[in-house]
Amino acid sequence: MSEHFDLSKMIFGRLSWEAIPYHEPILIFTFIGVILGGIVVVGALSYFKLWGPLWRNWITSIDHKKIGIMYMILGLVMFVRGFADALMMRGQQALSFGDNMGYLPPHHYDQVFTAHGVIMIFFFAMPIVTGLMNYIVPLQIGARDVSFPFLNNFSFWMTASGAALVMVSLFVGEFAKTGWLAYPPLSGIMQSPDVGVDYYIWALQIAGVGTLLSGVNLIVTIIKMRAPGMTMMKMPVFTWTALCTNILIVAAFPILTAVLAMLSCDRYLDTNFFTSDLGGSAMLYVNLIWIWGHPEVYILVLPVFGIFSEVVATFCKKRLFGYTSMVYATVVITILSYIVWLHHFFTMGAGASVNSFFGISTMIISIPTGAKLFNWLFTMYHGRIRFELPMVWTVGFMVTFVIGGMTGVMLAVPAADFVLHNSLFLIAHFHNVIIGGVVFGAFAAINYWFPKAFGFKLDYKWGLASFWFWFVGFWVAFTPLYVLGFMGVTRRMSHFDDPSLQIWFQIAAVGGLLVALGIACFFIQIGVSFMNRKKLADVTGDPWDGRTLEWSTSSPPPDYNFAFTPVVHEQDAWFDMKKNGFKRPTEGFIAIHMPKNTGAGFILAMISAAIGFALIWHMWLPVIVCFAALIAAVIIHTFNYNRDYHIPADEVVAVENERTRLLSSHV
Amino acid sequence: MPRLKLITIPGLFCALLLSGCNMVLLSPSGDIAVQQKDIMLISVWLMLIVIVPVMFLTLLFAWKYRSTNTEATYSPEWHHSTILELVIWSVPLIIIIALGAVTWVSTHSLDPYRPIERISEGRNIPMDAKPLVIEVVAMDWKWLFIYPEQNIALVNELAAPVDRPIEFRITSTTMMNSLYIPALAGQIYAMPGMQTQLHAVINKAGDYEGFSGNYSGAGFSHMRFRFHGVSEAEFAQWVEQNRKEGSDLTREAYLKLEQPSEREPVQRFAKVDANLFDAVLNRCVESNRMCIKDMVAIDRKGGMGESGTHNLASNAMIGRRIGLDLASQKTYVGTLCAPQAQADAKSKVL
Repeated sequence: MSEHFDLSKMIFGRLSWEAIPYHEPILIFTFIGVILGGIVVVGALSYFKLWGPLWRNWITSIDHKKIGIMYMILGLVMFVRGFADALMMRGQQALSFGDNMGYLPPHHYDQVFTAHGVIMIFFFAMPIVTGLMNYIVPLQIGARDVSFPFLNNFSFWMTASGAALVMVSLFVGEFAKTGWLAYPPLSGIMQSPDVGVDYYIWALQIAGVGTLLSGVNLIVTIIKMRAPGMTMMKMPVFTWTALCTNILIVAAFPILTAVLAMLSCDRYLDTNFFTSDLGGSAMLYVNLIWIWGHPEVYILVLPVFGIFSEVVATFCKKRLFGYTSMVYATVVITILSYIVWLHHFFTMGAGASVNSFFGISTMIISIPTGAKLFNWLFTMYHGRIRFELPMVWTVGFMVTFVIGGMTGVMLAVPAADFVLHNSLFLIAHFHNVIIGGVVFGAFAAINYWFPKAFGFKLDYKWGLASFWFWFVGFWVAFTPLYVLGFMGVTRRMSHFDDPSLQIWFQIAAVGGLLVALGIACFFIQIGVSFMNRKKLADVTGDPWDGRTLEWSTSSPPPDYNFAFTPVVHEQDAWFDMKKNGFKRPTEGFIAIHMPKNTGAGFILAMISAAIGFALIWHMWLPVIVCFAALIAAVIIHTFNYNRDYHIPADEVVAVENERTRLLSSHV
Repeated sequence: MPRLKLITIPGLFCALLLSGCNMVLLSPSGDIAVQQKDIMLISVWLMLIVIVPVMFLTLLFAWKYRSTNTEATYSPEWHHSTILELVIWSVPLIIIIALGAVTWVSTHSLDPYRPIERISEGRNIPMDAKPLVIEVVAMDWKWLFIYPEQNIALVNELAAPVDRPIEFRITSTTMMNSLYIPALAGQIYAMPGMQTQLHAVINKAGDYEGFSGNYSGAGFSHMRFRFHGVSEAEFAQWVEQNRKEGSDLTREAYLKLEQPSEREPVQRFAKVDANLFDAVLNRCVESNRMCIKDMVAIDRKGGMGESGTHNLASNAMIGRRIGLDLASQKTYVGTLCAPQAQADAKSKVL
């Protein structure tokens, strides 16, 4: 009897039917929606017999371009989820005054704001940025793929597994109620005994492996695989920022892994790293997580600075002003981003000298950042600015980001931070830089490189509508939060007593709805463009009169990117080639050596997700089984010698002839 | 179109700033908060030296160099100017040097651990002034304020005489919270097993809001209290009222009080167990529990060796004695030599 009981405990751990949140109508409707959507997708895939192609061409693909696109899709899907959380928060805070408790009890609301932060940073911004780097960097440096193509596929699926665990927490159990950085003691086992924090830990650990490996991959790619002639100081700025970003990733993510590992030891093994009872200290956690957390901010924003640099130069039809100072500014930011972490907790009681040091080092970062802004500004000066969508987003970014930068420096002054810390002013500030910077940058990038990836431009009208809804919506949503910050309103509140605050939250909610329209316009933009893809088609491969090597190949590029490896003589290599009357070679093609697709990455990541799920629910038997399976799968994969193939010369000739035909038909 | 942005955004922002809503951070009532506001405004003005030209030039250039304006100069190869580079690096640098100096000085002079040196601008602290000491315990989810000098304590209410320096000593029972009274002074974290400090002074009589500025779980939204700035006479009266109405805050009463609860009304205590705050800070309010400071002292002398690992106690017995339904039973390091420990000796577990 008792043996049988133990066995079911070993298999199911803490998981029981209680874990399904039947009593939450919002979740049940979401669940039904997801199930129906899932059935439609599965049905469509089966009906159109797409399972095979999906597996062969996408899931097992190690082509950096397809992996890049999958990262972007993952990012956008998670963005919709994260934004739904944002709207729920705006709704709750606009309603929950006095006797009205709103529609979300703290138990649910606290999960919503935690999930919003975690998803937007780890599963929206990171995949978008990683996806862009994956897609663009090899093309910009004239490479055929990244250095470790299989690792790239594995990294993506690890990130996706982490995202999947966060989504599962919506319907099985619950998510953390701790805020997005899960500070102890609140995230400790005494204060949060349920599965929420465990979902948080394992989702981030699994996704973190993917992020770290993709960081290694891209560094090696940039260092080792540049086209002949492309010295470091001839690399496109986006590639430079990607290099610095990935160095940051490789240096910072292990800290996150370590700190989360210590937190899991506290939760699973009864250690006391972060409890005050037996000599541990929560302050250790706060320090460590921000030693990762602050570089993380620059991991997100540096590539975006690179995007704006490419966009500004292209659409001003002018060489980027101050390339060298741009590069040095990037490098300086990279280094400085490691010595500012304490500004996230001036109020934890460090001495005045420590606080001053970190405050001043934070302000110093604004100097290279300011230099970047000036460089974009003087690239526009004496230019011929075409206000295509990427450029519109860029100008929107420049006027928005400076305000975010200013409020950021205000927060860097410890004396001012003591009154602004944790307030809605802080919330407004970091949304000001993350939306104004990373999100606007992501949209600029999507509009800029979409024709490269899919062979047709995006619709202008809907894109412009999306921009204006976003731009106005952002300011309507976050200006009230700046004001509320000055009124001494703190973050993460699920209910308010003071009725005079309500109007501001209502204005913010309207802003949230405007942003929702902006997002809707974006998806309509993609739909409309797809319908009109013939009209919007880009047959030249160079729709914007670009300057860097990705525009020298076709849109979309062939599997092998470049039939012949380009030779670089100047910065803005493609512009230089065009200027010097470059003639595209039309004969002499040879077979091309390529890496071969493999399902191993997907399988390993799925097993990892299963281990994560089993660990979360204390299902010890499945943990052991899955772990053994993981080791076995790794070993089996090492015996797979069938890892590469040659694209035959005939096929290359066929592809290139088709491009020749398209190019001549265009002229 | 871009020109529209320039007018609307900052314009809207200024209009909102001037609209007379209650911006406590911009019109605080305590000298520390006033100085913090001044620093905030100085930093804004300094940065506007760069921000305004950048915004203006962005929109100007965006307009002037639009591709349809063929009149404008076009120099596609112009990409470097040493003078300009010098300006764009040095102007922000100079501003940051200025702001850095302000930061260094203000961070030291407004360090919350530093006793205040003036009551308000131009008014020094009288030689004989003794600060009012208030011990603060952040609980789940309420605030306990102990006045050791007056020997009273309150839950979720705080008062202090106008123009008298206040010295807060702050800790927490379980969570990380942050003591924040925006009208009085900036916030500082409250952490279990640790003490933080805040020195401040209130200059205007009034009824102000205080709360936790750091999210601490389910009851966080209602972890609020009122802070009354009152005259000396009113303060004495208020203390007297507490003495009359209040009950005793014994260690047992404290253990009951520290159990998690939400939306706690004001409670008054007329007498406070001696050294209660010290016991809270050292996590040994339970009579059979070893204080952190003792643990540290023993460890510093080499520890108790293997036998130390057997010296465990639990709160079960105490819970039973004071009639408390403990949500979770805790096991901790047992005390070695405290009188009450004898009584709770049975609760020691091996």
